[in-house]
Amino acid sequence: MKVTMKGVSKSFGPVRVLDGVDFSVAGGEIHALMGENGAGKSTLMKILCGAYQADGGGILIDGEAVAIRSTREAEALGIAIIHQELNMIPQLSVMDNLFLGREPNRCGVMERGRMRGESASWLGKVGAGQIDVNRAAETLSIGLQQLVEIAKALSLNARVLIMDEPTASLTDREIGRLFEIMKDLKSRGVGIVYVSHRMEEIFRICDKVSVLRDGHFVGERVVAQTGFDELVKMMVGRELKERFPKREASLGPVRLKVEDLADQGHIAGIHFEVRGGEVLGIAGLIGAGRSRVLNTLFGINRRTSGEVLLDGRRLSIKSPADAIAAGLGFVTEDRKSQGLVLGLSLRENVTLVHLGKYARLGIVNRKEESAAVKELMDELQIRARDAELEVKALSGGNQQKVVFAKWLAEPPKALLLDEPTRGVDVGGKAEIYHTINRLAAAGTAIVMVSSELPEVLAMSDRILVMREGRQAAILDARTATQEQVMTAASEGLRAA
Amino acid sequence: MTAQQQATLKKLGPLLALVAVCIGLALMSPNFLSVSNSFDVMRQVSINAVIAFGMTLSILLGGIDLSVGSILAVSSVLAAMTMKGGHGAGLAALIAILAGAGMGSLNGVVIAKGNVAPFIATLGMMTLLRGAALVLSNGSPISGFSSDLFAMLGGGYVAHLIPVPVVLMLAMFALFWFVLKRTVFGRHVYATGGNAEAARLSGVNTDRVQILVYTISGAMAALAGMILTSRLDSAQPTAGAGYELDAITAVVLGGTSLAGGRGWIFGTLVGALLIGVLNNGLNLMGVSSFYQQVVKGSVILLAVLLDRGGKA
Repeated sequence: MKVTMKGVSKSFGPVRVLDGVDFSVAGGEIHALMGENGAGKSTLMKILCGAYQADGGGILIDGEAVAIRSTREAEALGIAIIHQELNMIPQLSVMDNLFLGREPNRCGVMERGRMRGESASWLGKVGAGQIDVNRAAETLSIGLQQLVEIAKALSLNARVLIMDEPTASLTDREIGRLFEIMKDLKSRGVGIVYVSHRMEEIFRICDKVSVLRDGHFVGERVVAQTGFDELVKMMVGRELKERFPKREASLGPVRLKVEDLADQGHIAGIHFEVRGGEVLGIAGLIGAGRSRVLNTLFGINRRTSGEVLLDGRRLSIKSPADAIAAGLGFVTEDRKSQGLVLGLSLRENVTLVHLGKYARLGIVNRKEESAAVKELMDELQIRARDAELEVKALSGGNQQKVVFAKWLAEPPKALLLDEPTRGVDVGGKAEIYHTINRLAAAGTAIVMVSSELPEVLAMSDRILVMREGRQAAILDARTATQEQVMTAASEGLRAA
Repeated sequence: MTAQQQATLKKLGPLLALVAVCIGLALMSPNFLSVSNSFDVMRQVSINAVIAFGMTLSILLGGIDLSVGSILAVSSVLAAMTMKGGHGAGLAALIAILAGAGMGSLNGVVIAKGNVAPFIATLGMMTLLRGAALVLSNGSPISGFSSDLFAMLGGGYVAHLIPVPVVLMLAMFALFWFVLKRTVFGRHVYATGGNAEAARLSGVNTDRVQILVYTISGAMAALAGMILTSRLDSAQPTAGAGYELDAITAVVLGGTSLAGGRGWIFGTLVGALLIGVLNNGLNLMGVSSFYQQVVKGSVILLAVLLDRGGKA
């Protein structure tokens, strides 16, 4: 069986996530799908498995056009997906999960014996025959749960299996076993789409690789005929300088100084200084501990060792409130769950951090508050009919500007940014870059975590590269290349 | 119609329902709209309204306070014991309300610091405090306070016209309106209820907000207990049982979301009045108390269904 996607396009609101993408996978091949975060890999796979509908283009199976309108229809055509976040009901048993929604039954009474026997035989096919099918799914390791999901996909008669970052939370031994099973499936004619950031795995297990960048199809290569450098270039290589506003950095004295920072086991040995007016970028792969560094600085995670100094003063931060009092600000990664109170108005969100500034004896002066909000809206070019609108109703870009505005009512001494332009369209991004530059010019020390390498390179003065919770390198952004950053971020992993 | 106008209209839905029910009752029973009957209704509503104001805060946080009825009973018994001990009504009421606040703050600490679900924490407290009321009073009512001042609280009139409980209710309404609308604390209640994580990351001390909210809820339950005790001239250890459900009904009828973060105190006042008006009107019409329950339940379901329909 050969599945071909032709000219697939997809937009979310004004943001075009996929633009005329071609992709195909044949039975008996393991096909890697690569690209930076936001390149459109997940969206493409969600279209293939019926979770999303494409706006344009089509899907062919063995040359014949098919319509996939739901995951049910995809399954009927033999296409199944195994999500990074496994889709199990933790309290139910292994066999109940395997047959969820299609339990063999007689007049509504489940045929437990049949379920037991069939699930054991499917598990055997993925080398997991040792699993007791009566065990609750939550008692299995992530690796075993994944095998149950694969067994389930096979029991659905899947001919094409999509695996989204399947090794992200597996141990080395589990990865080895998973690869054995993948090879076995391949030899039995199953096609596998393998979505991963890990270069080393691509070279170890995959036959072909397709690369997406910014929602476009860049190219397809035979793995044996390509190399690390070419793939990195395909993923990140583009002339982007004009996308980022120019900035004259004038560095002041050291404002934020971090010495030997560590938390409970995720990060350790983090050591850096940021001057007033400087932007320190933090790059690294997912799970390398980038966000952890910011969370620990801001008092969200407990710091187990190390010192944090701001303007030479030693800080003792135990909560976000402490951090804010000391002069830190934090534009969090997930604006919906951490950055905004979606049901409140734009005004109420903007003044949440520094509401006390507009209050006397706990009573808010609405005039002062509204005036300040209006000023910030103009400054950040937040486009909304008025400040009383619920932030829920704003576009992603405007929402992100509101998150920035929260911290600017009282300019922070140091500002932490976690993925400051995620889910923001190109125009909104440029405006956010301007804001970052303006803050830096005003003397704020800025630490910016970003998964978008071009952004890190263009916006930072120096780049701290994280790898597995440790600081792998600090590079000068003026001379660093994307390849250097990628290499520093994955070097150890590549050899492992 | 813009989204905002729609939202405003929806917010006014409970008020429209109240007006509609009032007009209907006035047509069927001419006595309904008389001044004395109107104030009667409001006096009957006052106890539930005062509790419901406190309940609005806990529900705005996405929580609930099931212990208000028991707090009411303990406070009442404490006030009665104070007066029986020869102290004045002022001191008795003060002790009762402080005790109510104290019991409420205990709820708050268990919920915020102990990370216990509000439903469970206040359910436990409800049972515990009901027992405490029975223990303190030895299981029997305490009656006869011979204090004119205390009798005023439930039975007096301001300017020979407006019952004191109604004045208290309206004063509390104004206070809650102001606190929720205009103070930093009020804003923090909405923010914590809407997204506790975002509020915390913005420097809001969400633990303190929760503890304060349950403290206020306890104090309001105690205040309601004073009105009730004064009206009955008797403190009953079994008083207030089931009051938490009436208060929750008023809050929800008023349009405050059980998910937290969305709602207003005016809606709660309207919700409480709606329940009171229905009770009164059905009584005036001579509807049997069995049917009254059927009607009240139907109104609640209808109101909530309409609210849902607006969301879809």
